[in-house]
Amino acid sequence: MNNFAAPAITATGVCKSFGEHTVLDGVNLTVPEGSVFGLLGPNGAGKTTIVRILTTLIPADAGEMRVAGHDVVKDPDGVRASIGVTGQFSAVDDLFTGEENLRLMADLHHLSRADGRRRVAELLGSFELVDAAKKPVSTYSGGMKRRLDLAMTLVGSPRVIFLDEPTTGLDPRGRLTMWQSIRNLVAQGVTIFLTTQYLDEADELADRIAVLDRGRIVAEGTPDELKRRIPGSHIRLQFADVAALRAAALVLRDTTSDEENLTMQVPSDGNVAALRSLLDQLNDAGVEIAQLSIHTPDLDDVFLGVTGQPVPMEGAVR
Amino acid sequence: MSTLAYTVSDSTTMLRRNLRRLQRYPSMTLLLIGMPIVFLLLFVYVFGGQLGAGLSSGLAGGHSGRTGYLNYVTPGVILMSVAAAVQGTAIVVAMDMTGGIIDRFRTMAISRSCVLTGHVLASLIQSLVSIGIIVGMALALGFRPTADAAHWLAAIGMLALFAFALIWLATALGLAAKSVETASNTPMFLTLLPFLGSGFVPADTMPVGLKQFATFQPFTPVTETVRGLLMGTPIGWNGAGAIAWSVGIAVVAYFWAKHLYSQRRAN
Repeated sequence: MNNFAAPAITATGVCKSFGEHTVLDGVNLTVPEGSVFGLLGPNGAGKTTIVRILTTLIPADAGEMRVAGHDVVKDPDGVRASIGVTGQFSAVDDLFTGEENLRLMADLHHLSRADGRRRVAELLGSFELVDAAKKPVSTYSGGMKRRLDLAMTLVGSPRVIFLDEPTTGLDPRGRLTMWQSIRNLVAQGVTIFLTTQYLDEADELADRIAVLDRGRIVAEGTPDELKRRIPGSHIRLQFADVAALRAAALVLRDTTSDEENLTMQVPSDGNVAALRSLLDQLNDAGVEIAQLSIHTPDLDDVFLGVTGQPVPMEGAVR
Repeated sequence: MSTLAYTVSDSTTMLRRNLRRLQRYPSMTLLLIGMPIVFLLLFVYVFGGQLGAGLSSGLAGGHSGRTGYLNYVTPGVILMSVAAAVQGTAIVVAMDMTGGIIDRFRTMAISRSCVLTGHVLASLIQSLVSIGIIVGMALALGFRPTADAAHWLAAIGMLALFAFALIWLATALGLAAKSVETASNTPMFLTLLPFLGSGFVPADTMPVGLKQFATFQPFTPVTETVRGLLMGTPIGWNGAGAIAWSVGIAVVAYFWAKHLYSQRRAN
């Protein structure tokens, strides 16, 4: 990690069609070494396709790509030696135990017996799989399988890691554990290329986010830059009658009222102190609220914000 | 380590993986070994008395009736067990290709051929075990080959070569299949071929068109060669035919499988 000047991943003008269907239409991106890059987009936007191209699984129709200093087309083995990939579909051997899966990876990375054993024990520990190590993977939960999958990716200590929708299909707890694992990786200085459908996930993990829509990058920036372009999070209040709504509008600032639906939007990032003060203000003024909900921006808001259009219908290609 | 050392090391790792998978998934192996055993018992005990009566003493290894037929049919059942075993090859290859782990292997800096080599070597071991079980069963039932050690060795060599060829063919069929179900069906014609050859009855007892097919299809020269080596029946041109078919199938199937493997892109 001494060459900070060279980006870990660059792609210029990447195009890919499957038959008549154009999946990637001139994608450009640069990921600095040691950073986390989040590629955000709905199903069918082409996220998996770009990951499959950058990880040497499928060829691009056009474009130049370098990963970890190696040309993806001319030196795929050089790329493979530097990367780790955890795809959307679990890439573990169901008939093996967790430990056997990791040992298989250690053997394929040509680690010596002692080094392999040490690395496997280390990974079982850091991914909380010690208790399940000797059990067949077919008995694992979705979250455990995904953790094992990521652990297998790390056996060879890759410098660049691709994570294709690492939390899709996980329950909230599994999601948080996965986030923590990813943060630990970041702390070790590896470069991460992450795809996700969730704005909060990209916001939580990525240094830079690019929004992919129908094979094109339509927006790119830090999470903050991107969030500035989309409607912020707000608290939505519902009232029993117009009188209450108007009374509340007098007490609170920066509100948007909708008298027809008896609702009001109050800008807020949803933190508890702000929420409590809002409730106190209304209580002091004697205003009754019928319902309260907190709205945080999601992929839909991003799409509305950057493309002016809602999330497109699911395409034919993932 | 050199490239060759890596290739050997990766292939050995994959071989170990596949053998362990076979152990963890024994029902398929048992079924595929059980089928030829059932046919052996069926043909010897149900049809054997009658079929044995029609065999010349030369073909029956000097015995008559049921024991004579057992001597005649064992090489045919051995080949059937090879055909059944390679059906398993197609299934496990297709299972692997339709699973997620193959993409992991493809993004790793491992030798390109080791995934297929691992499958082929594991299947070869499995086929030889199948053959051993059938021979053991036949010997227990009264199969009395006349071969000496050198002839046994040659017979095993012939069977291993033919199994190797069929395994590459089944590997290609497994790669070509879109699903595991298809992969379990396409190689099924192989288990029929011993019947449409000299596996169960001499080919020259068949009607004209079928007889010609039976004489020239790959299983017949291999059956006749193995039978000749074990029982001392004349081999004639069959030895050369068996080797030519085996090498031919192996070469074509090897390149077909390699092509399919490099072309295959999941999704």
